[in-house]
Amino acid sequence: MIQFDNVSMRYDTGHEALKRVSLTINKNEMAFLTGHSGAGKSTLLKLIMLMERPTNGQVIVNGRNLKSIARREIAYHRRQVGVVFQNHQLLFDRSVFDNVALPLVIAGHQPREIGRRVRAALDKVGLLEKEKHNPITLSGGQQQRVGIARAVVNKPSILLADEPTGNLDPQLSTEIMQLFEQFNQVGVTVLLASHDLSLIARLQHRMLTLRDGQLIEAMR
Amino acid sequence: MVEIRRPKQSAGERHTTRREQQGASQSKTTLLGRLRSWLMHNRQVAGESLQRLLMTPMASMMTWLVIGIALALPMGLYVALGNVEMLSRGWDGAAQISLFLRFEVTEAEGRQLTKKLALRADVQSAQYVSRREALEEFQSLSGFAEVLGNLDENPLPALVIVRPQDSDATADITEQLLQDLRKMPDVELAQLDLEWVQRLYAMMRLGRHMVMALASLLALGVLLVIGNTIRLAIENRRDEILVIKLVGGTDAFVRRPFLYTGMWFGLGGAITAWLIILLSLFWLSAPVAELAGLYDSQFALRGPGIVDTLGLWITGAILGLLGAGLAVNRHLDAIEPQ
Repeated sequence: MIQFDNVSMRYDTGHEALKRVSLTINKNEMAFLTGHSGAGKSTLLKLIMLMERPTNGQVIVNGRNLKSIARREIAYHRRQVGVVFQNHQLLFDRSVFDNVALPLVIAGHQPREIGRRVRAALDKVGLLEKEKHNPITLSGGQQQRVGIARAVVNKPSILLADEPTGNLDPQLSTEIMQLFEQFNQVGVTVLLASHDLSLIARLQHRMLTLRDGQLIEAMR
Repeated sequence: MVEIRRPKQSAGERHTTRREQQGASQSKTTLLGRLRSWLMHNRQVAGESLQRLLMTPMASMMTWLVIGIALALPMGLYVALGNVEMLSRGWDGAAQISLFLRFEVTEAEGRQLTKKLALRADVQSAQYVSRREALEEFQSLSGFAEVLGNLDENPLPALVIVRPQDSDATADITEQLLQDLRKMPDVELAQLDLEWVQRLYAMMRLGRHMVMALASLLALGVLLVIGNTIRLAIENRRDEILVIKLVGGTDAFVRRPFLYTGMWFGLGGAITAWLIILLSLFWLSAPVAELAGLYDSQFALRGPGIVDTLGLWITGAILGLLGAGLAVNRHLDAIEPQ
């Protein structure tokens, strides 16, 4: 599903964010990506999203080598991959509903279909009654859940998350993690970057650890 | 370094499962459905971008006014030229030939000649002006009455004013008539008073070229104004563009609202220009009617017709689209999620 072959990533500044990283994340798997800040977690996720291109090696997602994806095809690639950010990237000039609907509007779905799917996604994250609110009026945990609803509304086969619990207290963090596990249980491949070891150690999933751009350890 | 690999699924297996997934989701979005939702999305974006402009009425009004003034200048000149053209139409038909007779031709001979000329098929009318009448007219019109009074002898020749027959081929017939008249023994000089009409036409041709030059220059100005306005709009909506690109929005999707915004700026500017012209014409109509009345004319100012009006609006909208397109192409690529 996601495969890295000897992937290195050197930024223009000379900083080597990833060094010869090889890994495979299987279909329907849920895995954690950990490491100190600056170890290359975000870079790894950006390569999957085609926000960056590797200096060396290849990344294969859903059986397709990302090298073969031209610039104007990137948008279509991103529709297969849901992403959740630490700072949730919501738009405060529109309602919760419209935020979640954005990927569907972009994909050109019809309004009835959009309404049905957005409500299903909001229901899953427990925010159905907030659909008409502006996300700015919601708490941090609720905003993050809106972000998750937006990431899954288009039914992507892969869900990436970059420090999704970074700003949340332990109680809310656990709830968010449970959400990701639920999506994983219905067949979504989940890759979640986090440096909150105490949180992810409690969950029984594979852990990929990066240190200074190198993959050093794997735990079940 | 530890490499982690799970046993791979066979390629065939993976292939099948993907197929099934795609098949299930694609069956709901047929080609026709996609087209329909594309059209609906366009309509929605068009409406939203107009609403956005109306939400900041002062700022939008300023932009519309700037574009309106820039478009009203050449369009106003164009309308003015049209009016001059209409006014001068039929004047070449009113060309007249002044026939100066030799001094030795008597008044009786002159009147005889006038009658003969008036009977010609290519002549509409002929009018005899005796030497005395010519002098009186000249004295009253020129203001040289005293000087002329001091002269012993009337220096002016008798004159026949010949109006050529109106017809489609006026110019040719008039030319032929002029040649005939010049050959007559009693005629000293035959002069066609058409040169000033030709000069007017030459000036109007020049005017039309100047309108074109001015219009191109101001169109460029409008492009830059809209381009700059759109650049600011792009900057203001940076976050939205980033999110859209992250969740799989194509370049076309990102561009669309800005292109519509540019179109609304252009169209609104063109309508403003049109209103400016109508107001100016209204303001000028009373003095023009007064002036025309002094010349015994029914002439009234004419505004831009329906074709010119639509042309102006469409030009405005296209300029807006182009200006937005330029700005979008220059600035949108620079906004990429990092």
